[in-house]
Amino acid sequence: MPVRQRETPFGLPRPETPHGEIVILEERCKGCGFCIEYCPHGVLDTAKKYNAKGYHPPEIIKLELCVNCGFCRMICPEFAIYTYERPKAGEKP
Amino acid sequence: MKADPKGVLTGSHYIDGDFACCEGALAAGCRFIAGYPITPSTEVVERFARRAPLVDRALFIQMEDELAASIAIQGAVWAGKKAMTVTSGPGFSLMMEHIGLAAMTETPCVFVDVQRGGPSTGLPTLPGQADMMQARWGSHGDYEIIALSPNSPQETFNLTIDAFNLAEQYRVPVMLMMDECVGHMMERVVIPPAEQIEITPRRFTKLPPGEYLPFKPAEDLVPEMFKAGDGYRLHVTGLTHDFRGYPAMSPEVQEQLVHRLVNKIRLNAPKIWRYEETGVEDADVVIVTYGITSRVAVEAIDLARKKGIKVGMLRLIVVWPFPEERIFELASRGKAVVVAEMNYGQVFFEADRAARGKAPVILAGHGGGTVHNIEDIVKKIEEAHRCRS
Amino acid sequence: MSVIKELQKASLSPAAGLTSPEKHPMDDFLRMDRMPHIWCSTCGIGVSVNCFAKALEKCAYPLDDVVVVSGIGCTGRVAGYVKVDSFHTTHGRAIPFATGLKLANPKLKVIVFSGDGDIIAIGGNHFINAARRNIDITVICLNNFNYAMTGGQVAATTPADSILSTSPYGNFETPFNLPFLAESVGAVYVARWTSLHVYNQTNAMVEAMQKPGFSFIEIVAPCPTIFERQQKMGDGLDRLRWYCENSEIRTDAGTKEADIRLRDKMIVGKFVDVERPTYLDAMNAHYQEHLGSKYKVYEG
Repeated sequence: MPVRQRETPFGLPRPETPHGEIVILEERCKGCGFCIEYCPHGVLDTAKKYNAKGYHPPEIIKLELCVNCGFCRMICPEFAIYTYERPKAGEKP
Repeated sequence: MKADPKGVLTGSHYIDGDFACCEGALAAGCRFIAGYPITPSTEVVERFARRAPLVDRALFIQMEDELAASIAIQGAVWAGKKAMTVTSGPGFSLMMEHIGLAAMTETPCVFVDVQRGGPSTGLPTLPGQADMMQARWGSHGDYEIIALSPNSPQETFNLTIDAFNLAEQYRVPVMLMMDECVGHMMERVVIPPAEQIEITPRRFTKLPPGEYLPFKPAEDLVPEMFKAGDGYRLHVTGLTHDFRGYPAMSPEVQEQLVHRLVNKIRLNAPKIWRYEETGVEDADVVIVTYGITSRVAVEAIDLARKKGIKVGMLRLIVVWPFPEERIFELASRGKAVVVAEMNYGQVFFEADRAARGKAPVILAGHGGGTVHNIEDIVKKIEEAHRCRS
Repeated sequence: MSVIKELQKASLSPAAGLTSPEKHPMDDFLRMDRMPHIWCSTCGIGVSVNCFAKALEKCAYPLDDVVVVSGIGCTGRVAGYVKVDSFHTTHGRAIPFATGLKLANPKLKVIVFSGDGDIIAIGGNHFINAARRNIDITVICLNNFNYAMTGGQVAATTPADSILSTSPYGNFETPFNLPFLAESVGAVYVARWTSLHVYNQTNAMVEAMQKPGFSFIEIVAPCPTIFERQQKMGDGLDRLRWYCENSEIRTDAGTKEADIRLRDKMIVGKFVDVERPTYLDAMNAHYQEHLGSKYKVYEG
């Protein structure tokens, strides 16, 4: 007999997908493109503007898809981008 | 401060120069030796290998080559210990890059060179004194070091302690230039009780992290030191650096740093010079010598005096910085100089330069392999005496 | 002439660092007064420093006890940018310097962070002997397959047929297989990751630092300005895409199969994780056995 999957196993709440806020330190960016390429949800893209060094930093195009995985922060060679968990309503960041 | 009694083998011993060097290091507070076997210096590290496990907090490691030994001691110094390495001619050549690093980063450490016949593999078991210029100029770039030369096992013990003290005082690598004769001769060495041995502690800074600048010099041009693990979180590099230790490669910083490294010894030289004079005041000829050759020169002086020539001896104890003022003074008073050394002219050129033409300077040189013939030195004394008149 | 003087003056100025007031969570770990660092855009060294910072955070070592030693080269500049006691030593001799540091004060956590030429070519002798002795240090070797700082010369790790300035017709030498070499000389922890594998890299660094003994991590990194450009492989991002396609994480691979060929698949992963007494443990045990109560255990 096939076992039916319950949607909510034994009273536990459904885990919430985290949401992230992204901070881009544009002046540090050297335009490598790692964060843009490897964001699993395609949240970032190359900006049209230049920073003072002449590189195109990333810009956020789909903030609502950011899940605070932190991969962009880890793979940035310039320490130019990081994320943090979006504070829930009423909480401070 | 006084020596730590745990390292001092107080008493009267019958040991050779190499053993005396090891005992001197332990008495001075050296607790880390990284070495590599090379004749005729091996006995120093053999002695330390035997002593270290029984002396509190001492460690000996035989590294894979002299390059590793000469930089491992610098790692140990920056971790807070006093450290020394020991070698002879071929190993000394290998250590040159790291002598330069020690001079540039102002790391206080001691390099012992028990000189043998050279160049290259040369005469491993026989004496020479042909590394003297190398001690001074061996590494690339502008820098100054201090070099000492003992002429007996007792003096080796004493000068090893002095080498450590000078290294800590001036934050500079110090060379102890022995030779195979002094290293392998056995004589009485009296080691006093620890309370009679004066050692210079490391000039650690008392400033807190954030205020302390690791390469900012004090009044005597020597900066205070720190050690890794004390919370200073500083950077030490062989690149030209500013007061913070950060690489700053520009002519202005080069001038500020390297000129100070050189002046550190040059301007403090009168405090560092040390030599022993016998019978110089009334002499017409002065023998300038060091190490084992000085002991042969003593005999030569006796013979010459019997022949009616007034000869004195200036025995260099600190060879670098060279006591050029004293040589100039003696030459200006019309005294001829004979430089007796076991090479074909090294300290001779320094003495000649220092005399500035005021008096004849003659070399009583010898290729090494054995000590001078007394008669050869006497002949040179006679020649100098003739030149003088 | 005056333009040059202005540039020289600017490089001497303490404010030659970043003027932006913005902060990154890892800034406390870096010497921000020296930023931006000198590494090229899309170079893999910055990524490894980022992972190292994270690894230190995870290990929670007191940063006062951490010491980074590096040699000469692009990777050798890492020591200058991390805010711990750091030593930028001579070419190839970071490992014996680290040995001296560690043996003189075993409480220090000593990490050697240097390049492939520095560690395994000129420093090869020191590498194999420190591994043999199992000195308790962690060696992070950033392998970009050439001597980058001096303009891109062939190295002991350069894959065959690579074109570099001292192999202008292609490299005919056989390169080292670093994990194989490290295992054969007795390293207790051997892993290889690429600049793409940031989480694996970080975890490997944590494991290596926490493991007593000689741990070795090889990080294959892009060198876009020189290596990738000379081999016409694009820039660092193209190379990361290549790593994605061509690196294979294997948990069962022996180090003998870990050769790297220029355009072939590459094995990454943790190869070796064994136990062996460290140099100091072996020394203390040995002297206690042979000298008995006369010996006081060496603790620094």
